[in-house]
Amino acid sequence: MAAMRAGNLQLDSQGRLKHFLGIEGLSRDLLTRILDNAERFAPVGDRAVKKVPLLRGKTVANLFFEPSTRTRTTFDLAAKRLSADVLNLNIEASSAKKGESLTDTLRNLEAMQCDMFVVRHQTSGAAEFIARQVAPHISVINGGDGRHEHPTQAMLDVFTIRRLKQRFTHLKVAIVGDVAHSRVARSEIHALRILGVPDIRVVGPKTLIPPRIEDMGVSVHHTLEQGIAGADVVIMLRLQQERMQSALLPSAHEYFREYGLTPPRLKRAARDAIVMHPGPINRGVEIDSAVADGVQSVILQQVTYGIAVRMAVMSMVMTTQSLTYGNGQGGADVD
Amino acid sequence: MSIRLKGGLALDPAAGTQTRADVFIEHGKIVAVGRAPSGFKARREIDVSGCVVAPGLVDLGSRLREPGYEHKASIASEAHAAAGAGFTTLCATPDTQPILDTPAVAEQIHHLASLARGARIRCLGALTVGLAGEVLTEMHALKAAGCVAVTNLERTIKDTAVLKHALAYAASSGLAVFLHPEEYWLARQGSMHEGATSTRLGVPGIPRAAEIIGLHRDLTLVAETGVRAHLCRLSTAEAIKSVVDAKRAGLAVTADVDLMHLLHTDADAGQFDANFHLRPPLRERSDRTALRQGVKRGSVDAITANHEPHDADAKAAPFALTEPGVSTLDTFLPKLLSLVAAGAFDLQTAWRAASLAPHRLLGSQGGTLSVGAPADLCVFDPEQEWTAGPEALLSKGLNSPYLGECLKGRNILTLVDGQVVFTAKDRKA
Repeated sequence: MAAMRAGNLQLDSQGRLKHFLGIEGLSRDLLTRILDNAERFAPVGDRAVKKVPLLRGKTVANLFFEPSTRTRTTFDLAAKRLSADVLNLNIEASSAKKGESLTDTLRNLEAMQCDMFVVRHQTSGAAEFIARQVAPHISVINGGDGRHEHPTQAMLDVFTIRRLKQRFTHLKVAIVGDVAHSRVARSEIHALRILGVPDIRVVGPKTLIPPRIEDMGVSVHHTLEQGIAGADVVIMLRLQQERMQSALLPSAHEYFREYGLTPPRLKRAARDAIVMHPGPINRGVEIDSAVADGVQSVILQQVTYGIAVRMAVMSMVMTTQSLTYGNGQGGADVD
Repeated sequence: MSIRLKGGLALDPAAGTQTRADVFIEHGKIVAVGRAPSGFKARREIDVSGCVVAPGLVDLGSRLREPGYEHKASIASEAHAAAGAGFTTLCATPDTQPILDTPAVAEQIHHLASLARGARIRCLGALTVGLAGEVLTEMHALKAAGCVAVTNLERTIKDTAVLKHALAYAASSGLAVFLHPEEYWLARQGSMHEGATSTRLGVPGIPRAAEIIGLHRDLTLVAETGVRAHLCRLSTAEAIKSVVDAKRAGLAVTADVDLMHLLHTDADAGQFDANFHLRPPLRERSDRTALRQGVKRGSVDAITANHEPHDADAKAAPFALTEPGVSTLDTFLPKLLSLVAAGAFDLQTAWRAASLAPHRLLGSQGGTLSVGAPADLCVFDPEQEWTAGPEALLSKGLNSPYLGECLKGRNILTLVDGQVVFTAKDRKA
């Protein structure tokens, strides 16, 4: 427990990435290295043979305690393009319901000699907890924990931003919607801050903006018009149906009327603003189809870049483990 | 058995004195401090020079886990741990299995306590059957079985009419009620103080409003029913202010805080450390300051341990999925002394809050060194340094954030009813 407070669990003693649990606490240099590596992996998807042998002989287990299609598919593809063997486990439907504890599930998977766990869990802190539990040669990648962090999503978002806007240090970025329940928003805020974005705003009704979010270095806006005024990047968050049931919002209809991104509203943003969304989108709830499918939307590019970014992260953590344990080929470079 | 504790510093929070004086004990009571009474013959003389002799500590809410949760702790293990740490009385909470809502369970606990060597065990009975907040318990029977108070713990009674009736009935049965103020709906989904840390971590929060609204509901009904009420584990600055106002208005209530809330803030849970998962949650620095001042000024009557031993599995999960609570008995004394050393309040105040006030609100004559008081005493070396390794903790619960920490101040001798129930030789190593 004492070790918990000392240093960053994600890094080894040399400062190399060993797990990828969250953006908070990472350096600009390290984030830039992830982005640079992702740039080198991006062309792999355009090749006839979409594979590099970096993770050959390694076993990656996708542990999804919460349903997910998109994130799991892109992690799956990323691991396969790195030539790893992939095990997809939908734990929500199996062990957890049979009363097996999280720790026992992990012990069993370790016994199957996996090298990497990609974890999604509905409880904040789950990825960190798992990283503390597993044997030291296993790397853990956070595929989303509760409302806490979704670091690969944030990295693919900043990757997209860098490709389209080149630099971060002059940008105005607005994150719109259900910030309170969003792990994507938290990871994005950390990533944008670390990369030097000077103006980060969160936009939404008071019920969806958590208290003291200003402490994370953002400004708070309760109207969309004000929040996206002059923004270079507008990130729309997905609105879950549950928010209406828990009395945080009256209806999807009213939400769209006040916070839905429509073409006329988008005009308030910078003329060359890009529109992003972590997906899956709710057309007519947080975003109008004309915007989602419009020229300023980069939503599908995000999905494509997601694979390269996840390849970069997976290869980096495995390289660290190989250098430490000497049980595989090192080097995160593609060619 | 007659005992002379020789050469120690006698600390009496009732008299407000700290004097180098011998303490003489006979027939379970203190018979003199200073000079031996005429004709006194000590069958046992114990040299306690360099140590402080003080009335024993009290925990107003100890989870002893027996019956029902013996994998976490037992009455024997915790009564012994308590004595080792300088506690002479523990109030056993009713959240056992079965729940302490009948005299039979109280009798079982008293029986197990009589077999254990260590601190006294006093029972807190359930205020409602099964702690479910619906049906009143047989409070007269619980009182006859020796329960010192009734409580629903932090299992808030949602139906305010039931709460009102429960308090009125407790008032007519002559039992005090221990209240843990919290508004159910605001606290329901949270596991951490709602603030900057919960927002950063994405952990559902419990707003201060939960405690404040709960407290005002409780205070209103206490005033209306005239029940003798003790407010447990207050955590917010606003609650302390409300208690001061209520007392000033003439309401006969007492209040306590637990030591963890005097030492820590929500920021300590900022790395998902489940050992800082408490109920009520750790709040902010401004709250902690108000709690400390409350103790210093006496508006907070008692500091308590709120001991909650757990098995390892209870804490082996992501933060919100862990069971709340800290195993606090073993480290209570050095941590209390650390607050004195840091100037939060003086030793007299600390002892008034951790021993005298809780004795008084339980209707006990202890908490003092005056002649005739029960010889429930602890003797501690304020300078002794020790490491809180797993083998040094006597509680069966190792869920402590201080595990492995070097602490200053250690209990070396404990007497209950004039009998030695713990000496340094009783330590494992």
